[in-house]
Amino acid sequence: MIIDQDITLKMDGLRQHLPTEQSLLLPLLHAMQAKEGWISGDAIKEAATYLKLPIARVQEVVSFYTMYNRKPVGKRHVQVCTNVACFLRGADALVAGLEKRLGIHCGQTTADGRYTLNEVECLAACGTAPVMQINDDYYENLDAQVIGTIMDTMDRELSTHG
Amino acid sequence: MVEKLLTQHNDIPGSHTIEVYRSLGGYKSIEKALAMAPEAVVDEVKKSNLRGRGGAGFPTGMKWSFMPKTPTFPDGRPKPKYLVCNADEGEPGTFKDRLLMTQHPHMLIEGMIVAAHAIGASLGFIYIRGEFVFEAKRVEAAIEEARSAGLLGKKVLGRDWAFDLVVYRGAGAYICGEETALLNSLEGKRGEPRLKPPFPAMVGAFGMPTCVNNVETFCAVPVIINDGAAKFASVGTERSGGTRLFCVSGQIEKPGIYELPININLKDLIEHCGGVLGGKKLKAVIPGGASAPMLSAAEIDVAMDFDSLAKAGTMAGSGGVIVISEDSCIVEVAARLLKFYEHESCGQCSQCREGSHWLARMFHRIEIGQGTAADLESIAGICSNMAGQTICAFSDAVTGPALSSVRKFRQEFEEHVRLQRCPCKPENHVAKHDHHASAML
Repeated sequence: MIIDQDITLKMDGLRQHLPTEQSLLLPLLHAMQAKEGWISGDAIKEAATYLKLPIARVQEVVSFYTMYNRKPVGKRHVQVCTNVACFLRGADALVAGLEKRLGIHCGQTTADGRYTLNEVECLAACGTAPVMQINDDYYENLDAQVIGTIMDTMDRELSTHG
Repeated sequence: MVEKLLTQHNDIPGSHTIEVYRSLGGYKSIEKALAMAPEAVVDEVKKSNLRGRGGAGFPTGMKWSFMPKTPTFPDGRPKPKYLVCNADEGEPGTFKDRLLMTQHPHMLIEGMIVAAHAIGASLGFIYIRGEFVFEAKRVEAAIEEARSAGLLGKKVLGRDWAFDLVVYRGAGAYICGEETALLNSLEGKRGEPRLKPPFPAMVGAFGMPTCVNNVETFCAVPVIINDGAAKFASVGTERSGGTRLFCVSGQIEKPGIYELPININLKDLIEHCGGVLGGKKLKAVIPGGASAPMLSAAEIDVAMDFDSLAKAGTMAGSGGVIVISEDSCIVEVAARLLKFYEHESCGQCSQCREGSHWLARMFHRIEIGQGTAADLESIAGICSNMAGQTICAFSDAVTGPALSSVRKFRQEFEEHVRLQRCPCKPENHVAKHDHHASAML
């Protein structure tokens, strides 16, 4: 079971405000993904049962929104914005650099399961472009050197904490 | 320079806490607004000439006045009314709401409390794009502070009026910035826009009368109530009052957020931001977020307010100004924008789903030197089958960059077709490998 006491408590809190059970679906999926890293077929079934919704209602929502990962991602999910403002500031070269460093293409996960790399659409931080998001955090004003430092830190953290 | 109305307290340590916010004069407008009749608050906002800062530029006071006074269910029970803040900030080139939520979340809450009084709402939702994890936490913490201070809850400031706020996080979908798609998303559904009518003021969130406004719009409300509509209206034009948070990005010396009179001249704005990056020549400007048709360098002597930009054949949109220098290839920029729209079309209407796909494919083909003269001829035809033909304005938005780039920079497109490569790149340049784009060629 993915929906544990923490998630249940969170949902009970939201129930006080949200007028329908179905409206709990997005927050529920966020909470499940925060715990598991992605939304599996089992997670979809569990969410459907919990909210008493048909499985299709959950599946169609999971497939609509890009933030719900439909396959497992690495411990660090690196998402580089390549939309126009970041593109004009050299984001494509940064993506190429990351592909080289990690030895994977966008959309792939490293064999050791540490990193997943993706291009992402506008992150709404264009004034500090180029930007990327790693898990929940934004990294801004990037260039090759800054990215190198960030990734070195990530490498160290992953080696220390596994 | 005209005084700042919303961001004068930027970068003050702790500005996001209720204590500092109050010490800077925050939450004063609530007592004043609650002492006024709701209609009087709506009138004041009407007189301020505040227009929606999310993109459409609809007069805010008028939008509020569309809300029914005492809606009831068929059996006579009163219907709840909802207030929704659109904090989905997704229009490429726009990043002001992030600043407001990070530094001034209580200004947003204050504006929403005043708005809720004006329209008689009992509950408000702040729909924040999913990627803004930090911002959502910050707004939630501010809501908690406001609740503890008695500004939200069953009895707002001890009065017989209940109003509360809840944060709802999106999950990555540009279309959810469209207000009816946002409402579907808020209901836990796919973010597909709804047919209008009925408009949200009649049938909105969860079927109830609902008013949706942008973050910056709400943040302007306390200013209007505190200092009066006349002062707000004295800035800007007769039809569009106040300052605006312009988001300047791309190839510009000093990118960032600039609060300036809404009718500032685009030329002056670019100069104010230090000019084009590296002292290069300007090629084009996207003046109102990705969906706004491009202006060529010769067209930038124009005021930035909604009406002036509309007259110039583009739009003020969300205030996102993207600067493009002579170093950039317009075809590549347009192709990048169309790839975005192709990715984000919700797929409900075939004109938009297929049209955005065709255009993305065509522009990519032209950029990498595989385009034909026939491609160039097809673009206008595809666009005319998209604009105005669908449930929402997304399809129209796609045609913005597509048509404006081809019309205003036709020579560059023709050059690509003639040379069968991008003239802006060295002759031996190998196009970036794009699995997705290659697959669809």
